[in-house]
Amino acid sequence: MSKVLMKGNEAIGAAAIAAGCKYFFGYPITPQSELPEYMSAHLPRVGGVYLQAESEVAAINMVYGAAGTGKRVMTSSSSPGIALKQEGISYIAGAELPCVIVNIVRGGPGLGSIQPAQSDYNQSTRGGGDGDYRLLVYAPGSIQEMVDLVQIAFDKADYYRNPVMVLGDGMMGQMMEPVEFKDDLPKMELPEKDWATTGTKGQRKPNVINSLYLAAEELEQHNIRLQKKYDEMKQNEVRYEEYQIEDAELVIAAYGTTARIAKAAVDQLREAGIKVGLFRPITVWPYPYDVVKNLPESVKHILCVEMSMGQMIDDVRIGNEGQRPVHFVGRSGGMIPTPQLVVDKVNEILNGGK
Amino acid sequence: MLNERVILAGFGGQGIMLMGQLLTQAGMDENKEVSWLPSYGPEMRGGTANCDVMISEKPIASPIISNDATSAIVMNLPSMVKFVPEVVGGGYVFVNSSLIEEKVERDDVTTYYIPCNEIANDLGNMKIANMVMLGAYVEVTKSLDPESVLNALEKKLGMTKASLMGINREAFAKGAEAAREQI
Amino acid sequence: MAVVFQKTRGLTDVETHYCPGCTHGIIHRLVGEVLEELGVLDEAIGVAPVGCSVLAYNYFNCDMSEAAHGRAPAVATGIKRLLPENVVFTYQGDGDLASIGTAEIVHAAHRSENITTIFVNNAIYGMTGGQMAPTTMIGQRTTTSPYGRDAATTGMPIKISEMLAQVPGATFVERVAVNTPGNVRKAKKAIKRAFELQLAGKGFGIIEVLSTCPTNWGLDPVKALRWLEDNLMVYYPLGNFRDYQEVENA
Repeated sequence: MSKVLMKGNEAIGAAAIAAGCKYFFGYPITPQSELPEYMSAHLPRVGGVYLQAESEVAAINMVYGAAGTGKRVMTSSSSPGIALKQEGISYIAGAELPCVIVNIVRGGPGLGSIQPAQSDYNQSTRGGGDGDYRLLVYAPGSIQEMVDLVQIAFDKADYYRNPVMVLGDGMMGQMMEPVEFKDDLPKMELPEKDWATTGTKGQRKPNVINSLYLAAEELEQHNIRLQKKYDEMKQNEVRYEEYQIEDAELVIAAYGTTARIAKAAVDQLREAGIKVGLFRPITVWPYPYDVVKNLPESVKHILCVEMSMGQMIDDVRIGNEGQRPVHFVGRSGGMIPTPQLVVDKVNEILNGGK
Repeated sequence: MLNERVILAGFGGQGIMLMGQLLTQAGMDENKEVSWLPSYGPEMRGGTANCDVMISEKPIASPIISNDATSAIVMNLPSMVKFVPEVVGGGYVFVNSSLIEEKVERDDVTTYYIPCNEIANDLGNMKIANMVMLGAYVEVTKSLDPESVLNALEKKLGMTKASLMGINREAFAKGAEAAREQI
Repeated sequence: MAVVFQKTRGLTDVETHYCPGCTHGIIHRLVGEVLEELGVLDEAIGVAPVGCSVLAYNYFNCDMSEAAHGRAPAVATGIKRLLPENVVFTYQGDGDLASIGTAEIVHAAHRSENITTIFVNNAIYGMTGGQMAPTTMIGQRTTTSPYGRDAATTGMPIKISEMLAQVPGATFVERVAVNTPGNVRKAKKAIKRAFELQLAGKGFGIIEVLSTCPTNWGLDPVKALRWLEDNLMVYYPLGNFRDYQEVENA
């Protein structure tokens, strides 16, 4: 298929529809509103349902009900709205329902700002809901990657019976880039959804969608089973990109928007003969800890760049296992770091380190 | 090697976002790497509007212009004040002189004063002032084939507004002509 | 021997956990019977709340979904929008529906979701141990209103049926009680009517059922029924507040 120029938020919608998602429950919030708008225009045309809920809380619970019917369903929001959805996300994870949740992050805490940020890293990878649960979280670095991952996300959600989050930010949501809807994306063998609540039709025993286990032993067993699933994700779902790492003296760790900015800085520094590389996690859960752990000998420093006061840096430190100093530079509140900020920080570290 | 980083700015209703999208679409159609990044927020509703456009031979790393614009297209005074400092030395500034009386004070950039609104008015449609400016920009920078930009517009207008193509084409040519007179 | 009465197929054989004298059992049975009589049990999907009826998914003999506290109408919306041919109902208590879930129930009514809500009002939080609900009567002692509910600090008991009857999208609103055989029959009729309207695609229906909580009211089952009649039924009058015909004419 040929390339089209699309805004991130609209591309997500188109990708979801391409993945067979016909149901969307949302609530307006900047900077993701173009996504529900897109769905409201396009889903009725494919025989689907778009519904604007009375709140994010209601929207995620509609997703819970809808996902229980076994059909592909999606919701989206931005940071404070995702915070409201956390209750429902925990229930969806607990009841093992597949769905895709999009978070187009803006500055926080509280009402924060409407400008791009990455300060929902913890909220996305650690969750705000109760209990031992995990989401598979994709953090695409371009609109094309977002389009690919949204489609893959639906397969993964169905395969694992688990919510999958696509983590973007205001910039990714608002910007336009050429995208191609590939027809050769890897497709998974998916199990039949014999657990769905669709009415027994007198053909089977009633199905129950539930996250309540009043007996402690049963709940523990449920948790052990969930953990096995999460372990399988850790084995099979880690994605990342390495850029100019082989001989690097310093590696920048950054995801999504900041990875693009960091890449510009790497190019600039390489032109000046400074050996810098980029490590870009594409899944932020499960995190590519092994990449950080096994960075080449040449790497003396890691610099984490984020649009937050430092959240992913905790994961970088976990992977690093104390091997090298881990530095941080970032902007927050909706401010976007410039390549120059990163270049200056790298120079400061390398000159200070010598 | 082509590596255009253009800031387009003005007030809501001047068609700023569309101008940026046309350049981006044209760049894509010429198989260049492109990105378009708008400012967004309350200012979108009637206040100032601006967007960053990248057109490059290489993949776009950062889609954000930060003091490294190769060109600034400013359609009103607040935009000129805000964005002219973002242009690199040797870059271009395109000023809508119909609405901006002030001159650009920097002498390390080349400035073109295009009376977009007057030209559009003479053609009988105020809405095409943005196309006048695009004509000037393409004429000076040669970053894109003029036909690519016009084709992008044709796509955007679609069947229902196809009749507007003629006047837009004229506006684009007039803009180019106005710029040529200043080269 | 001829069978003169048998348990409805609408309920499973699981023994319920409800306290002796609690009228949840009767209401469950009425819903089960209605689903069976309408022949829609195999098409039914119920949504259970948080509260005493949290385990309702073990008792109704149809597909069930357990919702977060107060969110049953949103969950039911999700189900019904995707499966419009199925019969979808929520079964919610007064803590669930009249307190934490007011937004969800009002907006399900407002959108006239084609679902049926069974709202069990016993004027107290049962599951958590007898705390005050928005529906608790003035002067009623609960574990969080130990001196009796005081209107000055906690407001007057909320009248959900009267409130929802004002929502244009509500198709059917009726308050019933299950304290006497006669009232049980009327309750069943109302429940059936609401499901019939759902089957006809007429939109949102709710049946508020006044119910007892002998345990947390601190009364024996018989006295609880009398207290219901003397207090709840006085403040919460039984009757139909809205029916489809009326909606049509309006």
